[in-house]
Amino acid sequence: MTAQTSATERAPTAELRRLATNETVIERSSGWPSLRLDELREARELLYFLTWRDVKVRYKQTALGVTWAVLQPLLTVVVFTLFFNRVANISSGTIPYPVFSLAGLVPWLFFVGALTLSSASLVASANLLTKVYFPRLVIPIATTLTGLPDFLIGFAMLLIVMAAYGVAPAVWIVLLPLIFLIVLAAALGVSFWLSALNVTYRDVRYIVPIAAQLWLLATPIAYPVSGLHSPWNVLLGLNPMAGAVDAFRWALVGGPAPPVGMVALSAAVAFALFVGGAYYFRGMERRFADVI
Amino acid sequence: MSSVDTVIRAERLSKQYVLGRRVDRGRTLRDAIVSTVAGAASRLPGRTSQDRPADELLWALSDVSFDIERGDIVGVIGRNGAGKTTLLKILSRVTEPTSGRARIRGRVGSLLEVGTGFHGELTGRENVYLYASILGMRRAEIDRRFDEIVSFAEISRFLDTPVKRYSSGMTVRLAFAVAAHLEPEILLVDEVLAVGDAGFQRKCIGKMSQVAGEGRTVLFVSHNMAIMQSLCRRGIFLERGSVHTDGSIHEAVTTYLRAVESAATIDLEQRTDRRGWHDVVLSTLEISGADGTTVLATGRPARFAFRTTARNADAAGRLSCSFTILNNLGQPVATLASDDRAPNDVESAGDDHSFVCDIDALPLGPGRYRVDVEIHGRAYLQDAVEGAGAFDVEQGILEGRPIPGGRAGDVAVAHRWTVPSLD
Repeated sequence: MTAQTSATERAPTAELRRLATNETVIERSSGWPSLRLDELREARELLYFLTWRDVKVRYKQTALGVTWAVLQPLLTVVVFTLFFNRVANISSGTIPYPVFSLAGLVPWLFFVGALTLSSASLVASANLLTKVYFPRLVIPIATTLTGLPDFLIGFAMLLIVMAAYGVAPAVWIVLLPLIFLIVLAAALGVSFWLSALNVTYRDVRYIVPIAAQLWLLATPIAYPVSGLHSPWNVLLGLNPMAGAVDAFRWALVGGPAPPVGMVALSAAVAFALFVGGAYYFRGMERRFADVI
Repeated sequence: MSSVDTVIRAERLSKQYVLGRRVDRGRTLRDAIVSTVAGAASRLPGRTSQDRPADELLWALSDVSFDIERGDIVGVIGRNGAGKTTLLKILSRVTEPTSGRARIRGRVGSLLEVGTGFHGELTGRENVYLYASILGMRRAEIDRRFDEIVSFAEISRFLDTPVKRYSSGMTVRLAFAVAAHLEPEILLVDEVLAVGDAGFQRKCIGKMSQVAGEGRTVLFVSHNMAIMQSLCRRGIFLERGSVHTDGSIHEAVTTYLRAVESAATIDLEQRTDRRGWHDVVLSTLEISGADGTTVLATGRPARFAFRTTARNADAAGRLSCSFTILNNLGQPVATLASDDRAPNDVESAGDDHSFVCDIDALPLGPGRYRVDVEIHGRAYLQDAVEGAGAFDVEQGILEGRPIPGGRAGDVAVAHRWTVPSLD
């Protein structure tokens, strides 16, 4: 007793035209994924609410609360100063070492926070992904943006430490927003890749902590780039955070200018990670709900 | 049915799952590398692709087509695993169909599982904003409807309490309230009325018929045939991923109930529409009346004997059995569980595979009933079979009082009257 109505039996063209005005067609997607930026723009309020949720919940049920946003970079700087500066004798030139390393740590901590939290973000939202539709890119973006308040707190602290050591901001501080864009692009790019990969391969969970440590060493935070010789100082730019961190520090506290080639290479790699990651994510997205 | 007002048109929708991949979460990178290498090797001359073991495929939905008009309330009926939820997931764009397509006109709001998207640390007020924006509501819209949502949910006193302190009933009310005020042109509802108290259920049903009265469309999945029949005009009965019956709700419900009953006559062990871990499965259910006859009557003894088969005995642990008796509309009448121990329960020595439940005086009115069975292991649901058995109850006598058929209600209650004497 099958009573199916076949669509082809009655499909006057006028009706189809009417349908076409305001209709969504759901079918298997094929070919090159589209980023569907219009859909993402539509979801900006959702992005806001998800970011706001994560910021709100971040330090819930911790004894020290937001103080962690200050303690984390501060304690790291103390450790760096003790070991890299005092024990290993790494020199930061004319800039006091604590200012030097903190200026590198502030953008780095934003990046590594995004890397750690975003890579798990989709899996953490599994029950949402399997129940409701919305542009999935919103989730890693929101998680990455969640680090912004901490970044701003860290930045304010950096300015205070600079003042305490009598370091005046360099004129190139005007470039800082542009340089931060490289950091942001790298953070989002890495988030897209890792969060999407983590849906299928939970190995990501184990790779991330190791990768974060090695990545820290491959980024000139505790040491200056000036110690490296050509072409290594430019090739270091293959690590998008290398150029970003060094430029960030130079624009804020001065010191020797970073090799232009390195910064350009870093910016290009960050941009490639970002765009490539967005496309990879969109390509994988249709399988999320089934695989997660 | 004017086709101009079609708001959902499903054209040969199909969805295939690869079982292995769906079941084991977290496929590892190593598997992928191994299968890529194996895949490359299989393309070498001399090797055939048959060397690669075929994954087990499951068509959760196959060739499903239907049209739904504006303002319809459509009940989607079917047993567990028949594809109801998959259908709603495709229509809400959570998952893509493997083939076929659906055309949808208007905004779709879905209420697939209550409380998803809530964050326990946030207050009720904050969660309203969060959940509503997840469901696709604009901020201005939420501001406008906020008071209405809160008063519908009846939680105004707890608005600034974290949701983790809410009772489950409060969470459900809040979630339904948000979704009900979403005002989508099309509302998808998946089995949410099973939770919440009776008063709130009535309120939800009222809201849903109001939604439909306003010319919006509702697609509704539930196991409660009575609610389905009172709420829906049209019914789609899905059976193993295909449309079995598409017609009036009455027609769909009748066909469905007949199918559930007829399934009860086939060998239980052969049935595949079951849930659980299946270390242990229900193999037989015998329902008998007094003296081992198969006739059951009101007020007479009844015996339900369950036998299980172990497929992986060690893993299951201590078993318990519970069964629900449902009336001919699919409404549960009573649930009996071996876990609720009473002093006169008997532990049978030596046999840990069977359960026998004796009822001395069957308190059911005349009619047809079916039995859903669940076998629980130490920590997991081992097996759940809907419609594992069915039985008819004949007219009988309960404590000396004849119980006639054809009256409202399923339960026969032993009682005593005191009436004014005639003189």
